[in-house]
Amino acid sequence: MSEGNGSIRDDGWKVNSTLAMRRRLMDRLATVLSLLATSVALIALGSILFTLVVRGVGGLSLITFTHSTASPGQEGGLANAIVGSLIQTAMAILIGAPVGMMCGIYLSDYGRGWLASTTRFVSDMLLSAPSILIGLFIYQLVVVPSGQFSGLAGSLALAILALPIVVRTTEDMLRLVPISLREAGIGLGASKWRVIVFICLRAAKTGVLTGILLAVARVAGETAPLLFTSLGNLDWSVSLTRPMASLPVTIYQYAGSAFEDWVQLAWTGALLVTLGVLFINILVRIGFGRKGA
Amino acid sequence: METTSQTVSPAARVIGDEHGPEAGDGRRFDTDVVFRWLVTAAGIGVLLLLGAIILVMVVGGMKAMTAFGPAFLFTSVWNPVTQHFGALAPVFGTIVTSLIGLILAVPLAFGASFWLTQMAPARVSAGVGMAVQLLAAVPSIIFGMWGFFVIVPLMAHYVQPTARHWFGHVPGLGALVQGAPFGTGLLTGGLILAVMVMPFITAVMCDVFASIPPVLKESGFGLGATRWEVMRNVILPWSRSAVVGSVVLGMGRAMGETMAVTFVIGNSNRIGWSLFAPGNTIASLIALEFPESPAGSLKLSSLMALGAILMVLSFLALAASRILLGMSKKGDGR
Repeated sequence: MSEGNGSIRDDGWKVNSTLAMRRRLMDRLATVLSLLATSVALIALGSILFTLVVRGVGGLSLITFTHSTASPGQEGGLANAIVGSLIQTAMAILIGAPVGMMCGIYLSDYGRGWLASTTRFVSDMLLSAPSILIGLFIYQLVVVPSGQFSGLAGSLALAILALPIVVRTTEDMLRLVPISLREAGIGLGASKWRVIVFICLRAAKTGVLTGILLAVARVAGETAPLLFTSLGNLDWSVSLTRPMASLPVTIYQYAGSAFEDWVQLAWTGALLVTLGVLFINILVRIGFGRKGA
Repeated sequence: METTSQTVSPAARVIGDEHGPEAGDGRRFDTDVVFRWLVTAAGIGVLLLLGAIILVMVVGGMKAMTAFGPAFLFTSVWNPVTQHFGALAPVFGTIVTSLIGLILAVPLAFGASFWLTQMAPARVSAGVGMAVQLLAAVPSIIFGMWGFFVIVPLMAHYVQPTARHWFGHVPGLGALVQGAPFGTGLLTGGLILAVMVMPFITAVMCDVFASIPPVLKESGFGLGATRWEVMRNVILPWSRSAVVGSVVLGMGRAMGETMAVTFVIGNSNRIGWSLFAPGNTIASLIALEFPESPAGSLKLSSLMALGAILMVLSFLALAASRILLGMSKKGDGR
């Protein structure tokens, strides 16, 4: 720009013009490329959903929901897998959510110093830890000593996966509760735990619920930890002490099989799982207006 | 914060109601202490959980570690017949697929977050941003099926023959594209990983870019900079450590991914240059070999030792990303 002064004004103008052109082109290029990058994500999502619907819808019928998985050629459904998934997810949340909420309360209201910061660090670590290792962990800890794969072991593995999500959201949401609310409670003579449970948790209710729902969505689609814990079961079983079927494991077992009706069931199961998980996510994001973990 | 006005009155009422009868109750102090211990115990429990996971992996892998010694890390044999196992091939596969995934995902995530935070109209950005986040919510087994039935045929019929046609005779590059066109392999695994981790990286980058003080950007625009120049010269330098943190976070995620990779990796224990050759990752090997590994066997112990290695790798990546992301958060205050 410095050469634009003085007598060679025309020349200077020219230099600036090519420079301006280059800068504008660069900006355009960056715009187009970033738009392309965004559309790659959208195309991937679209392609996944399209594939699921095209291949999965054909297998949707009443039998899918009323019959258990059967040998190829026979009329089989996914009833045992659906119920197994529901039971294990519910158990996982029943175990994981209370512990996670307590840990979140500890981090937001009681934790001080290195112990709290280490706990927060570890919880974040668990949030992204490979889920397959959680499965191996429960396998060594529960399945090997008890001598058999069980729905309970599966639920425990899923509970460990649900835990850090609930910890994180509970802590974040409790921190958002204005200090004046706490002061009001304490000013009324309420003890600390009452203030936390009856005022802060109530105020943060929506946020905490969001965390629990996100945990449900995460846990419901998990396959890897269940391979080592609840194993899968081709027959109807709701016993927590025996191997239990689940949708993701059934999908895994059937997707690679040579029988057409099994592959069809895998796609139908995949469609059901994805719709369920995405439905919860959309509900959380639109209903509660939160971006999620 | 908007919940304040709604919740003050009911919450206060609860306290008011229950406070009256219990005011003189001597046990109140005790409940407080019990509650305090309860939540602290939960916190410590979570803390111990990670330690327990690492401990169980190491103890479980002890048998293999003592049987093979340090050579376990450096041999690529995986032979159940001779009972000889080594970790090198799956570790190699894990690192290669994760790197391919990152190389593809980082520019995409950067572009997407650039567009979402700096260019898109707020409403469009909200909708598209949500769609990108939904991609992150899709269970990994679905990615696996999608990869197996959609991406693998694409790779086998179009990408690999084309790559071979163009690069097969170029020295150096040629080695990367050798092999029969199965469609499965390291590159396909990396591709699926890229699609899976891209939304995670995008989410973190969006948060980082959105947290830039507007006055910094505005001064850039005020000087006549284009959006790209503001991005390059103002936003990126300001958020460098956080951006690197988001990339490392993506690395941590990619290394531990199991089901999606298992479907498309091809399951073969070898190390080679070709990106199209089937391979293995730690996670996929564990998932695939576990059913044939009875409790107490040397093979299972080898799998646990692999699990310990994976734990260390992802722990390092996640810890690094947290520190990097935390660094930028501290910078916020200034």
